[in-house]
Amino acid sequence: MKPIASRSTAADPSVLDASLKGMVARILDEARRQGATAAEVAAGEGSGLVVSVRKGELETVEFINDRGFGITVYVGARKGNASTSDTDPEAIRETVRAALNIAKYTEEDACNGLADAALMAQGIPDLDLHHPWDMDVPRATERALETEAAGFAYDDRIVNSEGARVATSRGCHVYGNSHGFLEASWGTRHSTSCQMIAADANGMQPENWYTVSRDPADLEDPVEVGREAARRAVGRLGCRPIKTGSYPVLFAPPVAAGLVSHLLSAIGGRALYRRETYLLDSIGRQVATRDITLREEPHRPKGLASAAHDGDGVTTRPKAFVEDGVVASYVLDTYSARRLGLATTGNAGGYFNLDVVADTRPVEHLMRDMGTGLLVTSLMGQGVSLVTGDYSRGAGGVWVAGGEPSHPVDEVTIAANLDDVYKGIAGCGDDIDRRGNIQTGSLLVGEMTVAN
Amino acid sequence: MGDSAVTNTDMVVSARRALWDPDEIGEPEISGLLGRLSAKDIDTGDLYFQLARHESWSLEDGKVKNGAFTTDRGVGVRAISGEKTGFAYADNIALPALREATEAARSIARMGYGSGSRVLTGTTATVRYADVDPIASAREDAKVALLRRIDAFARGLDPQVSEVVVRVSLDCETNLVVTTDGSMSGDKRPMARFDVMVLAERNGRRERGVSGGGGRFDTGWLFDTDAAEQHAREAVRMALVNLDAVDAPAGAMPLVLGHGWPGVLLHEAVGHGLEGDFNRKETSAFAGRMGQPVASKLCTVIDDATLADRRGSLTVDDEGTPGERTTLIENGVLVGYMQDKHNARLMGTESTGNGRRQSYAHLPMPRMTNTFLSPGSSEPEEIIASVDKGVYAVSFGGGQVDITSGKFVFSATEAYLIEGGRIGPAIRGATLIGNGPEVMQRVSMVGNDFQLDTGVGICGKDGQTVPVGVGQPTLKIDEITVGGTGQAPAS
Repeated sequence: MKPIASRSTAADPSVLDASLKGMVARILDEARRQGATAAEVAAGEGSGLVVSVRKGELETVEFINDRGFGITVYVGARKGNASTSDTDPEAIRETVRAALNIAKYTEEDACNGLADAALMAQGIPDLDLHHPWDMDVPRATERALETEAAGFAYDDRIVNSEGARVATSRGCHVYGNSHGFLEASWGTRHSTSCQMIAADANGMQPENWYTVSRDPADLEDPVEVGREAARRAVGRLGCRPIKTGSYPVLFAPPVAAGLVSHLLSAIGGRALYRRETYLLDSIGRQVATRDITLREEPHRPKGLASAAHDGDGVTTRPKAFVEDGVVASYVLDTYSARRLGLATTGNAGGYFNLDVVADTRPVEHLMRDMGTGLLVTSLMGQGVSLVTGDYSRGAGGVWVAGGEPSHPVDEVTIAANLDDVYKGIAGCGDDIDRRGNIQTGSLLVGEMTVAN
Repeated sequence: MGDSAVTNTDMVVSARRALWDPDEIGEPEISGLLGRLSAKDIDTGDLYFQLARHESWSLEDGKVKNGAFTTDRGVGVRAISGEKTGFAYADNIALPALREATEAARSIARMGYGSGSRVLTGTTATVRYADVDPIASAREDAKVALLRRIDAFARGLDPQVSEVVVRVSLDCETNLVVTTDGSMSGDKRPMARFDVMVLAERNGRRERGVSGGGGRFDTGWLFDTDAAEQHAREAVRMALVNLDAVDAPAGAMPLVLGHGWPGVLLHEAVGHGLEGDFNRKETSAFAGRMGQPVASKLCTVIDDATLADRRGSLTVDDEGTPGERTTLIENGVLVGYMQDKHNARLMGTESTGNGRRQSYAHLPMPRMTNTFLSPGSSEPEEIIASVDKGVYAVSFGGGQVDITSGKFVFSATEAYLIEGGRIGPAIRGATLIGNGPEVMQRVSMVGNDFQLDTGVGICGKDGQTVPVGVGQPTLKIDEITVGGTGQAPAS
C-alpha cells in the first residue's frame, strides 16, 4: 500500500495558496467583466485520508479530495448565488453567468451587498491551525486497530463493534471580494473515533468516543479512545425504568454544548429578523442565570473553530454574547445586521469558539446538589422549537439518587421551555469538553418533565 | 407501469454523452481503467460518474431575495476485496484524475496489477420517472412569479399570518455506473420540491406551520395544478391550530398516528434496522431474526423503488441495479432485508436495488427508497373512537433511531389529545420515544386509508443524505412514551 495519493497533499502550501488566491481573483475579475457591481467568492481545496477497521480487519480506505467555489454577485441591490466543484476556466465563466442570471430575477433588497470596506480584517494573525500529520494507510490502519482492540479488551460484555476510524485532512480556504480583500487560511483536522457495542440478556447498547484536534500531538491516546467507548457502552447495560415526573436534570458536557447552541441560535440574526425566536428584542435582557457568560474566542491558537475573519471578510473579535445571563450581543452577519438596523458582529458563518464561562465545580458536587434526578448523557431527535422555546427530546443517561449514580436509564423524554431551562441553570462542572465549537462542562438545570 | 413498461435503453448513451468528454474519454480508456481496477484479489469495483445540477429560489419578507445555482461533476472509484473497500474520487471527469483515483482505490489490493480490458455492455431497466429537466421546465420569471403568488395567497388566508417563506428547489442529476464486469447503466433523475413555511401571531404568541411536497417530475405540477395553493393553505392551517395548542401530556399512553407522512415512524422503528449492512455486522436490533415475528400480525412493511414519480423511486440504484419492490415484513414476520451489492455478496444473497449514495464523493450503502406500511381494514374513525385517553399525531418534524438498541424518537409538529374517543385540543410539539421491535408489536389497529407522504423526506445515514418516501394508513399503537410537560392522562 502506498501513502496518500493526492495532488494537494504533496503540494507546497504556499504554492497552492497562491494558485487558489489567483483563481479567486480571476473569478472576481470575471464577475466584474460580466456586469456585477460587486461580488464575493469563497473557494476551498482539501485532501485527506479516512481509514476504518472493524473486528480487527481493515474495512474501508477513503481518499478525500475536494475542490470547489461559490460566488455571490450583486447587481445594485439584487443578488445571485452559484457554486460548482468544477474549476476549469469554462466552468468558472458558466458559474459566474449562472449567478448573474439569478440576480436578474431576484428582487431589490437594500440590505444586500458586501460588508463595509472599513470592516475588512487586516493584519491577519497566525492562528496556528496547520499541523499536517505524516500518516499513511498502514499506520492509520494500525492506529485504528489499536483503538478498537482496546475497546474489546476492556470488558467481556463488549460483544461487537461498529469499528474504529482514523481520519486526517488538510485544506486551504480562500475568501475574496470586490473591495480587494483576498485572504487564504490553512487548517488541518485529525481524529480517532470508535463505537463499541455492549450486550446483556436485555439486548445491545452502542456508545462511541472520539478525539479531534488541529495538531496530531494533541490527540488523545487511541487506547484511551477505545476504552472510553467501551466503558460508556458497558455503562448503558442494566437500564431500569423510572417514574414519570418533574426532576432536576444534569447535562453531561457533549449534550450541554447542544443545549447552549439553542440559546445562540435564538439570538442569531436570521431567527431574529424572521421573528422565529422566543428571544426577540433581547439585548440587555436576562435570558439565563446570572452565573453564566457565553464568550467567543475566535483567535484561540489551534482552536477547532478559530478564524481571523468571518464569511463576509469582517474581522472577528473576542466578545461575550451573553454576560452574567444578560444578552450583550446578537450573533449577526452583514445582511442580518442591516435587516435589524444594527452593526455586524463578525459572525457570518456562525460563532468561532464559544466558551461557557462560570464558576465550575466537580461533577460529584453537582450530583450531590441535584439529590435525585437525571444525568443525561445522550439526546435524540429534533424536538426544539426556537419560536416558542418548547424543548422535548429523547434522552438516555444515569439515574441519580441521594446524590450518587444509581442505574442507567434509557428511552425517556425530557421536556421544558428553554427560557426556564437557561434561567434555571444551577451549576457548571469542571469537566470541560474541549472537542467542539462550544466548550462547556456539565450543566445542572432546574426541573424538567422526565417521561418514561 | 404495467404492460406499457418503458425501458431506459437510451439512458446509457445519453449519460455517456453528458459525462464523458469525447475528445478525452471513450470506451477504450474506461475499459483500460476497469482492467487496472481488476487486480487479482479485487472482487469487484466500479466507476460512478455523476453530473448534478441544482437550482433554488426562495421568498421571504414578501420578496424573492435568494436564488442559487449549483453544478457538481465528478467520479467516484471503488474497489472491493472481501470485506475491504478502497475508495477515491475526483471533482472533475478528466483522464489524469480518473487514473489517480483508480490507483488510490485499488491500493487496498495486496498483490498484483490488473490488466487487459473489458467489453462494455449497456444494461436496461424499466423507467420509473420521465426524462425531464425540472430546472429547464419553466422560465425563471415564471418561478419567481409563482413564489410571489403563493406569498400573497397565504397572507390573504388569515390576518394572523405574519411571515411567509416560500421555496422551490429543483434538481436534475445524470449518472453512469461502469463495473469491473463490464456492465454499464445510466440514469437521469429529476426532482422537484416546493415548501411553504408560515408564522402566525396572536397576542404575542407565535407559531409555525409548514407544508411541502414534490417528486421526480418537472415544475408542471406547480403550474398546472393547485398543489402550491394547497401547501400554503395547509401551512396556514397548521400554524393557526398550533396557536391554540395546550401543553402536551407526559408519560406512556396510546397513540394514534395519522396517515401519510407519520409513516416516518416505520422508517425509524424498523426501516433502518432492516438495512443489510447492520444485519451483516449483527449490529441491528433485528439481526438474526429472519423468519421470526418482529411486529404485530397487522403489519406488512414494503420498500418500493418502483412507484412512478415518487421522491424515493429509482429506475436503477447507484450501483446500476434496477429498483425493486421488497417486502420486509409480512403479517408481522421478518422476510427481507434491503441490500446493496457489497452486503448482498457477503451475505450470500442478491442486491435488492437499495445501493444508494449522496454523490460521487460518497460510498454507496443499503438505503431505503419509498418505505410504507400496507393498508388494513379499520375505519380511521373507529381507531380514534377506540382510545379513551391518548394522543393523535398527524404531522412530524423528523425522527432518529439507534439501530443497535432499537430505540427511536420522532417529534410531532401537529398533534391532538384524544379524550373519550374524540379528538380534543391541539397539543404543543412533543417528542415520542419507543423501542422499534417493542412498538411494532403494539400496533393494534391499522386503517384502510393508506396514503403516501407528499414528497419531503430526507434520510441521513453515516453523514450521507438521500431523498426518500414514507407512507402508511392511520394506525394505533397501544402504548408509547409521549414527552410533553403536562400531566399524564389518568386511565
